[in-house]
Amino acid sequence: MTAVAVEGARARRLTEWVLRVRELGIVAALALLITVTAILEPRFIEANSLRNLALNASIFAILAVGQTLVIITRNVDLSVGSILGLSAFLAGDLLSGNQDMALPLVFLLGIGLGAACGLLNGVLVTWGQVPALVVTLGTLYAFRGLAFLWTDGRQVNAETLPDSFLNIGSDSIAGIPILVLIALVIVVLVGQWLRDYRPGRELYAIGSNPEGARLAGVRSDRRVLVAFILAGALAGLGGVLFTARFGTVDATAGTGYELTVIAAAVVGGVAIFGGTGTVYGAALGALLLGTITSSLIVLRVEAFWQQAAIGALLLVAIALDKLVAVRIEAALRRRRSARRAD
Amino acid sequence: MRAVRTETAAPPAATPPAAGSQSRDWRSLLGRWETLLVGLLVVMAVGGQAISPEFLTADSFTTGSLDMSEIALMALAVALVIVAAEIDLSVASVMALSSALMAWLWNNNQPVEFIIPICVAVGALCGAFNGVLVTRFGLPSLAVTIGTLALFRGLAFVVIGDESVTDFPQVWTDRAFGNFAGTFIPNTVVLFAILAVVFAVLLHATPFGRSVFAIGANEEAAYFSGLRVKRIKLILFTLCGAVAALAGVVITLRNSTGAANVGQGFELTVVTAVLLGGVSIFGGRGTIAGVILALLLLGGIQKALLLSESISSYWIQIVTGTLLIVSVLGPNLARRAAEVRRRRSRPTPEEGP
Repeated sequence: MTAVAVEGARARRLTEWVLRVRELGIVAALALLITVTAILEPRFIEANSLRNLALNASIFAILAVGQTLVIITRNVDLSVGSILGLSAFLAGDLLSGNQDMALPLVFLLGIGLGAACGLLNGVLVTWGQVPALVVTLGTLYAFRGLAFLWTDGRQVNAETLPDSFLNIGSDSIAGIPILVLIALVIVVLVGQWLRDYRPGRELYAIGSNPEGARLAGVRSDRRVLVAFILAGALAGLGGVLFTARFGTVDATAGTGYELTVIAAAVVGGVAIFGGTGTVYGAALGALLLGTITSSLIVLRVEAFWQQAAIGALLLVAIALDKLVAVRIEAALRRRRSARRAD
Repeated sequence: MRAVRTETAAPPAATPPAAGSQSRDWRSLLGRWETLLVGLLVVMAVGGQAISPEFLTADSFTTGSLDMSEIALMALAVALVIVAAEIDLSVASVMALSSALMAWLWNNNQPVEFIIPICVAVGALCGAFNGVLVTRFGLPSLAVTIGTLALFRGLAFVVIGDESVTDFPQVWTDRAFGNFAGTFIPNTVVLFAILAVVFAVLLHATPFGRSVFAIGANEEAAYFSGLRVKRIKLILFTLCGAVAALAGVVITLRNSTGAANVGQGFELTVVTAVLLGGVSIFGGRGTIAGVILALLLLGGIQKALLLSESISSYWIQIVTGTLLIVSVLGPNLARRAAEVRRRRSRPTPEEGP
């Protein structure tokens, strides 16, 4: 019994170590990228440029956190870009109609709209037993279509929005942009929830072995539903922040974000078939993807290489993950057989 | 759908034995997703005609089907990949790479007769690259093809930049844009029809096709019964790349524009058409006929909404998305309702004897 517990603890330590190394790997890649770019073009590490870098990555990081929650449960949410579009326009429309509207209310409504969209996804996946890929591919279209119908070709411009709102997208507190602070808070909150709290751990259980989780008494449907609602809510928040940052919003806001967000999560070590990965990794992945784009621009590498580089990076990341997974499995097996030999 | 059929046939007490086999055939035909699609097509035809008297005309078929050409071609190949329980999201990027390559080769004074096979071969290579990563390295195809979606699109931009080349010879653009031998059927539809027959035979009438179904239904069982799972999947991905490149040739000549930004987001439309056609996302189930019907439905709805003056064409996305979800949700709910009914009817036979 104790031997099993010790072995379990060791296995857990090994996996935690690998995960930490995985995140450190991205940090190293980031550091390398920034250093090389800074040597070639010193202006890259000026405060202003770094600030832009962090600002650009924040919204993607928030979306990547939500996506991670869903992917960990062996599902996927392709509709986040469309949800972002809906709530971005909602925020813009509300505020340009009534400049004095309380900002917390705008945020609440945007997040609420996102959560409602996420609820619909979640209900169709759990109660309807429709595969998440099908559901969210469908709602990707449906939500975007609703956004087009609703906006009817209109556009919200920065001039019609109150300054207090736009400042959220550009101001800083103690030198750190508000947008970045919001993203950090979310990453840490969700990160700790996933790491230390029962519902968070159960998401991993569902993703690594759905049947096993069910037999162990995990209320899978409820947990998956919560994951989808949270992903939707975070996409809704991302939408409001999108409007605050860019000021100009039409029905196409966030088009194509879904695949970038999934790419960020996967680069960050979130396995596409669930069960592994952290939101820290996913957020770092979003930062890395954003940094690649910026550094290529700064280095005046033809913009055309950006997408190719991101694609190649994603392939390298999943190939390395696979390699590590194979190695760790072999290591665990060796340990187990060594223990048995004792 | 299949599960529904076996279950409605299973309970002996529920169906009177006399009407048995006949009603079962009737029910199984009615229960098929393809039949439902035909019904939806009829509804669409009637509704489209009500929206605009131009809907059921040769002209609207010509223009409507031209717009669907590339998506239709790619859907055939992607259907096979999904039946084998994999997915390829990189098809639209392969298409763009092929279009960019075509533009670049034409700029370098190569004849179109030479360019087309080169493009298709490069597409096949792209597909094989996906296939090798999936089969030999054991990586999940969803992640791989999201990666190559960015990679191939990026390479397309590397090849041609943001230029576009428009001076393709008219003989060729006419071939892609024109109609077949004086009829109202576009040449691209003829090309699609030929490929559809090839793919239908391949999937439904050859040992290779049976293997694809077997792999999709249960990969491990397929492997242990001696099927060369990896090789078959590699062939499917390669085929998919080649067809996507062919679609790239078609869209380039049809619009007389070779550029790297063509068909952005087409991958999801293609997957939608395939799933709407009744192909299971988990593999092992689906028909080419269903995919063709779904393509007709999507193209028809799009055309009807474009013709309509009162209904916003934005509805296309809402209708598409809803149909996609309902196509899977509907059978699920029907199955559950059947289960409930069976459970309710069970106590009666126990009391009987």
